Amino acid sequence: MDMSLFLVQLLNGVQYGLLLFLIASGLTLVFGVMGILNLAHGSMYMIGAYLVYYFASATDSFLLAVIIACVIAMIIGIIIERFLIIHLYNRDHLDQVLLTVGLIFIFNAAQSFIWGNDPLGVEVPELLSSSIQLTDIVEYPVYRLFLSVLCIGIALAMYYVINNTKLGMMIRAGESNREMVENLGVDISKLFTIVFAVGVTLSALAGIVSAPIVSLVPGMGERVLISCFVVVVIGGMGSIKGAFVAALLVGIVDTFASVLLPGMSSMTIYLLMALILIFKPQGLFKS
Amino acid sequence: MILNKRTIKKIAMAGSMMSASLLSGMSAHAEEGPIKIGVMLPYSGVYAGPGEAATNGLKQALKEKGNKIAGRQVEFIISDTEAKPARAPELTSAMTDKDDADFIIGPVHSGVAMGMIKSIRNKDSIMIIPNAGINAATGAFCQPNVFRTSFSSWQTAYPMGSEAVKMGYKKVVTMSWNYGFGKESLEAFQESFEDAGGEVVKKIFVPFPNTEFQSYLTEIASIKPDAVFVFFAGGGSVKFVKDYDAMGLKGKIPLIGSGFLTEGTITAQGDAAEGLMTTLHYADTLDNPKNKAFRAEYKALYDKPADIYAVQGYDAGQLIIQAVEATKGNTADKKALIKAMEGVEIDSPRGSFHFSKAHNPIQNIYLRKVENGENMVVKTAAAALNDPARGCKL
Repeated sequence: MDMSLFLVQLLNGVQYGLLLFLIASGLTLVFGVMGILNLAHGSMYMIGAYLVYYFASATDSFLLAVIIACVIAMIIGIIIERFLIIHLYNRDHLDQVLLTVGLIFIFNAAQSFIWGNDPLGVEVPELLSSSIQLTDIVEYPVYRLFLSVLCIGIALAMYYVINNTKLGMMIRAGESNREMVENLGVDISKLFTIVFAVGVTLSALAGIVSAPIVSLVPGMGERVLISCFVVVVIGGMGSIKGAFVAALLVGIVDTFASVLLPGMSSMTIYLLMALILIFKPQGLFKS
Repeated sequence: MILNKRTIKKIAMAGSMMSASLLSGMSAHAEEGPIKIGVMLPYSGVYAGPGEAATNGLKQALKEKGNKIAGRQVEFIISDTEAKPARAPELTSAMTDKDDADFIIGPVHSGVAMGMIKSIRNKDSIMIIPNAGINAATGAFCQPNVFRTSFSSWQTAYPMGSEAVKMGYKKVVTMSWNYGFGKESLEAFQESFEDAGGEVVKKIFVPFPNTEFQSYLTEIASIKPDAVFVFFAGGGSVKFVKDYDAMGLKGKIPLIGSGFLTEGTITAQGDAAEGLMTTLHYADTLDNPKNKAFRAEYKALYDKPADIYAVQGYDAGQLIIQAVEATKGNTADKKALIKAMEGVEIDSPRGSFHFSKAHNPIQNIYLRKVENGENMVVKTAAAALNDPARGCKL
């Protein structure tokens, strides 16, 4: 592998990792703050992608479609938290798993009912549809570079909110000791609604922005859910920083393994997970 | 002749006997009840689209007959396989033992097909595969009561090998998901490509159902082959074709493939699919009266265009109709029924075909090119192509 090829592959890995982070961040945020294991996280990724497909063709504007889809996702998140999750805070993870697996079925049925079962695609927005020449033969789509920048932006924004705002302070406090936060007079139920809605919206946003570079098919949510869990487990359940590092690690390892160890590429990320868990059973950054 | 009372009585008796025997003959059939057609297709998950289309096609064929064959009503027993191989044996046994199905139509997924074939051995039901292309179904695992109205993986990829050499490609990279259908397609392509003097310089297998292709595309760009032959289907093929274009490879390294690359996916692929060359046993644009009539009726019934899965389901229906008509409605004698099925010539929208000894269609394979969002037929790449049915002892 020569240098330029190595760099292109590294770019592939980082770009994939950043996207993984965007998907996984919502899951780890919700788990870390609320202790809720949301298996329907992947479904929101799917719903986001289908919503942007629908509104992009209805409004002819990708940006407008992104905004509408995000708003709808947030509303769905609020509804799910207010009417369903709210009953589960004092129950164990098994009940949460049952409920959120039920939600997966509902979202899948809704997707199939509304949009049918044929694979769909979303056009890359005009402004970002060009490519940059990297080597003599490889071009890199501008949209993918834009995605990476967007993911880094979101990561920085999350970092800022969590470390430098009052909301972030409450989130951090909630992560370490929920009862204490409540006793200090914070309206924990409102905090939970916000966090859940944001978590769900992040997942939907990941689906929304990846819609132009993936194909929209039934069951696409379950597929990302697995990689998502690998990232969250490696990073440490509930740690945003951990999710970021783990996502990049998984992205890069997966990319290089697929080229260098073709026969084993499907197991390398699980191997990586197993190795890390042997030495760090709580993940890289246990919050 | 003078009609006396006795003669009249005789005639009347003979008449009543005749009508009685006629009646009893009819009631013998009526006692058999409806012809039971079990349907084992996926209605949820990734393969829900093909499952639905195959069912639509099947029902369309029977609807043309008023849902009656040789005077007997047709009854459907439908179950959702969810394309999960682990569930196949249990669902199949329910169809054969509990429901007593005469025919079982299914499945879409080759893994499910292998599970079904195992469970249907020595049973009375006859299985008709309307999609799953795994070679072994009509190869090493072929059985008297298993028919296929679709294709073998081998058939869809083999003709492209020699075509690729004719197009002037010498060094080719092949790529697919690392699963049965993909591997078999790549092998069949390589077989005829290398026989014709080409060389496969690299085989890339992507873990199924991974659709993160960037690293592989980067690798292909560094190898710079004359062309790339791929097998992908459904959502994966949409993603692959778009990524291939976005990485700037499309104009530089021609992409060819098994026809599933552009089946039911062209709209989603958009401009990225223009110019792709593929081989398959069908094309929407195939110019024959049967295809036009079939497509018009399908559109009228279901308000969407027919696809290849609909054609294969439709032909499964035609196969049942022609065979049961040939046995005059008798489905109890399975040996006679299988014999009738082996003898039919099916007037399919893809062009007419009949079955090989291994019960796989002997059919034309077409070379197609995507133009203006449609698979246009360039020519017949292989006429009446018979699968080698390796390992089949029928």
